[in-house]
Amino acid sequence: MTAKSLTFGRVFTYGLLLVAALFFLAPLYVMVVTSLKDADQIRNGNLLSLPTSLNLESWALAWSSACTGVDCRGLKPYFMNSVFMAVPAVLISTAWGAINGYVLSMWKFRGSEVLFGFLLFGVFMPFQVVLLPMSQVLGWLGLSSSIAGLVLVHCLAGMAGTTLFFRNYYTAVPRELVNAARIDGAGFWRIFWRIVLPMSTPIMMVTLIWQFTNIWNDFLFGVAFSGADSKPVTVGLNNMANTTSSVKNYNVDMAAAIIAGLPTMLVYVLAGQYFVKGLTAGAVKG
Amino acid sequence: MKSFENLLPKLVIAPSFVLGFAFIYGLMIWNGVLSLTGSRMLPNYETFVGLEQYVQLWSMDRWYVALKNLGIFSALYVGGSMLVGMVLAIFLDQKIRAEGWLRTIYLYPMALSFIVTGTAWKWILNPSDGLQKLMHDLGWTTFNFDWLVQSDYAIYCVVIAGIWQSAGFAMALFLAGLRGIDDSIIKAAQIDGASLPLIYWRIILPILRPVVFSTILVLSHLSIKSFDLVMALTAGGPGYATDVPATFMYTMSFTRGQIGLGAASATMMLATVAAIVVPYLYSELRSKPHDR
Repeated sequence: MTAKSLTFGRVFTYGLLLVAALFFLAPLYVMVVTSLKDADQIRNGNLLSLPTSLNLESWALAWSSACTGVDCRGLKPYFMNSVFMAVPAVLISTAWGAINGYVLSMWKFRGSEVLFGFLLFGVFMPFQVVLLPMSQVLGWLGLSSSIAGLVLVHCLAGMAGTTLFFRNYYTAVPRELVNAARIDGAGFWRIFWRIVLPMSTPIMMVTLIWQFTNIWNDFLFGVAFSGADSKPVTVGLNNMANTTSSVKNYNVDMAAAIIAGLPTMLVYVLAGQYFVKGLTAGAVKG
Repeated sequence: MKSFENLLPKLVIAPSFVLGFAFIYGLMIWNGVLSLTGSRMLPNYETFVGLEQYVQLWSMDRWYVALKNLGIFSALYVGGSMLVGMVLAIFLDQKIRAEGWLRTIYLYPMALSFIVTGTAWKWILNPSDGLQKLMHDLGWTTFNFDWLVQSDYAIYCVVIAGIWQSAGFAMALFLAGLRGIDDSIIKAAQIDGASLPLIYWRIILPILRPVVFSTILVLSHLSIKSFDLVMALTAGGPGYATDVPATFMYTMSFTRGQIGLGAASATMMLATVAAIVVPYLYSELRSKPHDR
């Protein structure tokens, strides 16, 4: 079907794909132009109208001084909470998954497959079931309403998924490689550090990006387990956008939404192919 | 030393299983226990009430509203995302120029939080200054769109935003499936005189059945768990018109001081997800060769 002439079918195909692209891009476009308008321009224009003058004030407001109730510190403290939450949680859950996956693929033992099967349910379970008991556990551990508590929850909740990623990846590694090393007298950790880990870069990227996207975007744990000083950015944004003030500052809301979405968006643009692999890996094979 | 080497992998994985099972199954059981107590503001294990919370749950109008919304949302969200995703995947598979760009555009919403996109959709769908005003400006002055504040229609706003977010995901899965199909099948059918739509309907779609199944599974379990999007777009409102089980559970447990009832609704969510996922996991693990 190469080098096709301009047939009706061809035009229709491109037309439909382009219309779909516009549909997917429209909300992003609306967010960006709205964030650049001032209140007058929003009132006089419409969703698609371009800003008549560039106005970055709502970005500054959203970042550092927009109000949620009486708290007027903008999105910045929440954004930083998310950074402090996501970085350790992503690193720990990924490392944890790598070690688990290594054992469950190359050091299988009687019953390990069944145990792994039971662990897999953790990928799909509705986390509503853990909210109430977990908040009590966090209380006992002295981690209520703290970022450390959120890190702990994200590590526990993410471990089943990261284990699945690494296990599936390592299962495809030729067994001979490990066996040869074993014959040479290399032990469990030596094989892991010297042989397995150096070839794990692709799955490492997939898992890091997958975990970062999930943890940065999480709302459920954030809203259930955080306190005044540990709310992640999703909770901060939601509170800001749903705050019942007299005037609705949609430009500030949109700027705040873009700021909250920027880190995962950047990761997606820079390393999209790994993100897509993560999405499909979770779904296609257990 | 030899026996220690044999034991080491088990010692390394043991804490993971202990913590993982405690988190998954321990807390699951714990939540079940909570649902049998009369806990209100705080967990209270002395007030055993049997199945009373479940009886109350199933007598609440609000719970039925949540279930009805979940039914509407799941059906349209799963169906809509699959339909849009399938169409896009098939059209993208026709050796399209700039395919990479288009794929990136279709899939980017999946990288964003539902809170971010929900905030955007809330502005787009808001009754006065949003879509309605745009249509008025474009000359369609009778256009009236206030679904977001209409009890009977607000859930469809959640559906629109949900499909927009997830259609690209379905597209990616289907496209991966389509790429796995041998071109010669299509060529052979074309030589036999079959039209392209017929080939897709009769030959390609049946081959894609496993992918379709796992997409349905993933999307439907996501729809049961959906929480963020509803919170950002409608917060369950107007009133509780767009409540779903996940927001019901959250409201009862964390703002209404009905912990026992919240735990009972969480158990119902768990049962629904398990009914969909467990057979899938079982067949996936069974059908696979255990050792290579």
